[in-house]
This record gives sequence, structure tokens and C-alpha cells, in this order.
Amino acid sequence: MTETHPGLLHHFDDAAQQKEASTLGMWTFLITEILFFGGLFAAYVVYRTRFPEAWAAGSHHLDITLGAVNTAILIGSSLTMALGVHSSQIGRNRLLIAFLILTVVLGGAFLGIKAVEYHHKYEEHHVPGPAFSYPGPIAGQVQLFFALYFAMTGMHALHMVVGVGLLLNLIRQARRGRFTPAYNTPVDMIGLYWHFVDIVWVFLFPLLYLLGRH
Amino acid sequence: MIQNPQATRTHYLNVNYGIRSWLLTTDHKRIALLYLATITVMFMLGGLFAVLVRLELMTPAGDVVMSETYNKMFTMHGIAMIFFFLIPSVPAVLGNFLVPMMIGARDLAFPRLNLASWYIYTIGALFTLYAIVSGGVDTGWTFYTPYSTVWSGTNVIPVAVGIFITGFSSILTGLNFIVTIHRMRAPGLTWFRLPLFIWAHYAASIIMILGTPVVAITIVLVALDRLFRVGVFDPNLGGDPVLFQHLFWFYSHPAVYIMILPSMGVISEVTACFSRKRVFGYGFVAFSSLAIAFVGFLVWGHHMFVSSQSIYASLIFSVLSMVVAIPSAVKVFNWTATLYKGHISFETPMLYVFGFIGLFTIGGLTGIFLASLGTDVHLHDTYFVVAHFHYIMVGGAIMGYLGGIHFWWPKITGRMYSEWWGRLSALVIFIGFNLTFFPQFLLGYLGMPRRYHAYPEEFQALNVLSTAGASILGVGYLIPLIYLVWSMRYGRPAPDNPWGAKGLEWMTPSPPQTHNFTETPRVAEEAYAYSSPEVPVD
Repeated sequence: MTETHPGLLHHFDDAAQQKEASTLGMWTFLITEILFFGGLFAAYVVYRTRFPEAWAAGSHHLDITLGAVNTAILIGSSLTMALGVHSSQIGRNRLLIAFLILTVVLGGAFLGIKAVEYHHKYEEHHVPGPAFSYPGPIAGQVQLFFALYFAMTGMHALHMVVGVGLLLNLIRQARRGRFTPAYNTPVDMIGLYWHFVDIVWVFLFPLLYLLGRH
Repeated sequence: MIQNPQATRTHYLNVNYGIRSWLLTTDHKRIALLYLATITVMFMLGGLFAVLVRLELMTPAGDVVMSETYNKMFTMHGIAMIFFFLIPSVPAVLGNFLVPMMIGARDLAFPRLNLASWYIYTIGALFTLYAIVSGGVDTGWTFYTPYSTVWSGTNVIPVAVGIFITGFSSILTGLNFIVTIHRMRAPGLTWFRLPLFIWAHYAASIIMILGTPVVAITIVLVALDRLFRVGVFDPNLGGDPVLFQHLFWFYSHPAVYIMILPSMGVISEVTACFSRKRVFGYGFVAFSSLAIAFVGFLVWGHHMFVSSQSIYASLIFSVLSMVVAIPSAVKVFNWTATLYKGHISFETPMLYVFGFIGLFTIGGLTGIFLASLGTDVHLHDTYFVVAHFHYIMVGGAIMGYLGGIHFWWPKITGRMYSEWWGRLSALVIFIGFNLTFFPQFLLGYLGMPRRYHAYPEEFQALNVLSTAGASILGVGYLIPLIYLVWSMRYGRPAPDNPWGAKGLEWMTPSPPQTHNFTETPRVAEEAYAYSSPEVPVD
């Protein structure tokens, strides 16, 4: 593996070492991300255990249809991302660009639907803060549910926005023909990131939308 | 000035000049110096606040500043020192400079990310400076809720943003070290041939990447609570302030090990060099770093013995807190055993090592007092705690940092500092430190609480002693600042290996060239292969 390519940086011995370093770096970063979301999940578990009725009530106010559609969209985007990575590995650049664009479209659709859901919550006065209103004695606890709902899905959406930005940059680079079977590390790495963000949602959806209904 | 052979040779300092060549550098050695400059500024800022705190405590009455101002002083002292000096101190300066050199690499795995870390740190520091200039913050560095989220009328949000941002610089540095240590080692440099400095940084990096994101998200929740009154940590709205304490200390206790582990790495290097011996029980010292990183994540509850935590949880946290003392003690015993029958010499870095070993031991043993459930109820939130963690952070971490700065100064700058001034200031710092903080153990035991600007008259004598010590300590820190800066221009040119030390970094010229090694070194021997007695090459 002593072949050289424009992506090889001077301080690495060869492309294999560089790729190994990037992969390890990305996985390490994702571990950091798990801990980042972990703080929110910990708060969720604590309050869910303490206020089960409020959590059940809160879940009933989430739109399960939109949530399910979004889950399907996001899993679909992971598929297109994986196909994009595969295309770059076999050197099909046009296919790579097509799959990346598809991933961006699906990511954008997810964010759009999320925005619609947020808007509904706003109209129903379920956004925590001074305008929050909920009938009955457990209003404060339901507000806690929604506070965590917005913190968790909001943080997830922020990661999606970053992901879309990274994908757009990838598309720009791919159009210049930067990726070859010998060098496609950025596609691979951003793919890992995208799958991670996807998996976070796979946990968020049942925890927030589904669990409280039973 | 002495004729300087370095002037005719190209190295990382003279390869190019100008502000751009520094602000856009991706050379880990230059980034280390950028960090050195910025954290020194933050250290002086934190020191300034400490001066004001100690001035106020000279007299029992609150007469220098108002209590509100005093609250801001100790808060900003803590924030500047912990987040902006101690956390980055050894890793971001010495680690940045030395990790690639010690493992025979040309740079860290991600040089641009490394530069980005410095910018992130600097932006975070500027945010915090803005918050300080525009009125400061008074919550204590711990940001306990609901005071920080509901009641405090000070600049909590800007400081929180500053700390949040700076956290990412720490995460990225840790990530860079982990990948570099895994993937960039020179041929033949197996894990058990690595210098213990590398093991220590590896362990600290694990804490950085696992702990920092938790405090980051906690800060986000505090900010949301404060801005929108969502009540995550507000008991009036169903939230739980103790949950904040759990999340906060899940990072902030291991953060102590981020500060002390890299310093311990320095101690291992310097002890071996000036005893001319291999570090006793290399494997134990290496694994004790990992053990500290691991067990250190399981002790955070000892900050909540009096915060309504269940007694069973407290019991377990108490036992685990004592368990973490074991790997720390392993290190102290092994350094001491390294000295045994060594050819010890007393250069400046070694004086800091002796300071470290003694003071860290006191800090560690008083930690056992605090980990015991019964005594902690009495000692909690008293000056005993303040003295305890200053023995660890100042007596331990900063001693190690200064020892390391002196040890590698010839390599970093290509100049020798004045040995006489070096030894003098190490001595002054040791005396000043003990005079400042030992009385605080007594004060705390007698019942003087932390965080008050006034106190009963019977405590005055010890407080005056402490303030007197602080002024000596301040002078002790100023002396190196002066002679080290002076040596950069007027110091004697340093030989490549002034201490006759082992390690790949000493095989490069002083100062090293941009890519560290002309050709990748091959390693065929264990670390610290000292054959005593050996005369320094001069």
C-alpha cells in the first residue's frame, strides 16, 4: 500500500495508516457523541421512573403517524448513504453523487416533518416555558416531559442539520471527482456519522412516542 | 551573547516568521506554544482573582469587597484555573509538543483538528473574558442549580457558553492523542516500550472524550432552564437539582484526573532521568493510569454525601473513592522505589518532582478523610476541602506542569534557563504553597466554611498565615515567568540532550525541525534504558 494519491497527508507513512487513523478517530468521536446524548437519556430515565403518569400523558400528545413516517424516512436515508459509500468503493462516481443527493433529500424531508411536529406543539402550547399550558395537577411534570422531548429531538435535529451540511460538501467534492476506490475515506466517515445520527433516532422514537402508550 | 549554532540551522521556530505562520500553523510544536501563551494569560487572570480572595480573608470582617463581589472572585478564580488552565495545561502544551515526538511521529494524527482545538479553546476563553468584564458570575465554578438557573442575577449564560465551547477543544485534543498513540507509533515502539508520559496521556484522553460531553449537555440543560424556565433542574417545576449534581460531577470528578494524570506522566519521565534508573514496576505504573481513569468514573457520588443521596449509594461511592487511592499510591510507591539506589541529582525539574510526590501524597491522604462518610459530614464545604484539592491540583498538577516545562524547556526553545533561579523558584513555590494551604486544613477542621467573605475572629491568625503564604507563592510563580521569558532570548543555547535523558524526543536537535525526525526512528529497547552512572552530554 505505498501508492500515493492527492488525499495522502505528509505525516502519514501510507494510505492504509491514514485510513486507519481516520476510522479510529471517527469511532472515537462517535463514542463522545454517545456520552453527549447519554446525559439526556439519563435525565429521561430518572424522570420517567419518577413521573410515569406524566410520561404516559406526554407520549399521547405526540403524533405517532408523523413519528413513524420520519423513522421510515431516516432508515431509508441510511440505506441510500450505505449505497453511496458502496458506490464510491467501486468507483461509480455518478451513482455516488445520486445517492448522496437522495440522502440529503431524505434528511431534509425528516427535518421538514420535524418542523411540522414542532409547529403543532407550539400551537397546542406544549412548548415548555412561560407559554406552556396543560390542564390538571401534573402540568409541571408534563412540561418536564416536553422539555426533554424538545432537548433530545432538538439536539438530534441539530446533528441532522450538521449532517446535511457535511453531505452537501461531499457532493461538491464528488462532483470534482475527488473520490476513487483508492481514496474515499471522507464518504466512509460521514457515512458512519449519518448512521450514528440515525441510530439515535431509533432510540428516541420508541422512548418518546411509543413506550408511554402501554 | 554566546555564538549560537542554532542560528545556522533550520528548525520549527525559524522555518518561517510572521503572525500568519503561527496562526495558521498545523505544526503540533507551534500549537503547543500557542497554548502555552494563552493558558499563561488565563493562569495570571485566575491568580489575580486568588489574590483578591486572599486579600479579603486577611481580616475577619468583609472589608475589601462586598460579599457579592467576593462570590464572583472565587467563582472566576475557579473557572479560569480549572477550565482554562489546569485542564489544558500539561496535555495541550507538553502533550501536544511531546506525544508525537516521543512516539517517533511527524505530527499528531489530525494536525488541522489540533489547530482547531486551539481556536475553539481561545473562542471559549474570549467568551468567558467577556462575561467577566461585563459583570462576572457568582455561582461558584460548580454552577449548582437552582441557584444558577433561577436566582443568580449574573452572567451565567455567557460563561456557560464559554465553558461549553472550550470543552470541545478538550474532546478534540483527547481524540487526537488516542488516535495518534494507536496508529502513529514508530516501528518497534510497542505498547510496553512507550514512555509512561504517553500512558498517562492516553488515560487522560479517555477521560476527556468520555466525561467532557456529559458536562457539555448538562450545561445545555442549565442554559435551557435559565432561558426558558423549563424546569429540568428546578424543584418548583418538578425537576431535581441533585440530578444536576450527578451529571456535573460525572465529568467534574474525573476532570481532576485529567489534571493530575498528565502531570504524573511528567513525574515518571523526570524521576527516571534524574535517578538514572528505569521506573520501578513500569507495568504497574502504566496500568495504574488506566485504573485511575476507569475507577475515577465511579466515584462522583462522594460530592453528594450531604445532598440527600441515599446512604447505600453513599456507602458504595465511599468505598470506590478509597479504591481509586490504590493506583495513585502505586505510583507514589513506585516513584519512591525508583529513587532507591538511583544516582539522584537535584536539577530544577527534579525539585518539582520531590515537591509533587510529597504534596500529592498529603492531598491524596486527606482525600481519604473526605471519602469517609462520617468525617465528610463534618468536613464538607469547609476549608479542609479547599486545602485538600489545592494539594492535588496546585501541589500536584501545577508542580508537575512546572517540572515538565523546565525539563523540556531546552528542547522546546533551544535555550537553557538559569539553573540557580530555577532551583530558587522551585523552593519558593514549595514554601509558599505549604504556608498558603496547610493552615487551611486546620481552618477547615476547626469549622471555617468555604465561600464566605467574613469569618469569626478566632480564625484570623491562620488566615493571615495563608495570605502571607499566597504572596510568597505568587512571587514563586513570577520568577519562572521572568527567567524563562528572558532565557528565550538570552539563555545559553541548549545542547540536544542536556540531561542525558532517554527517549526519542531527545534524539532530535534542540529545537527540533518541523517534521521532528529526518527519518522515522526504529525502537529496539525498552523505555528508560538508563545505564547509571551516566554523565550528561554537554
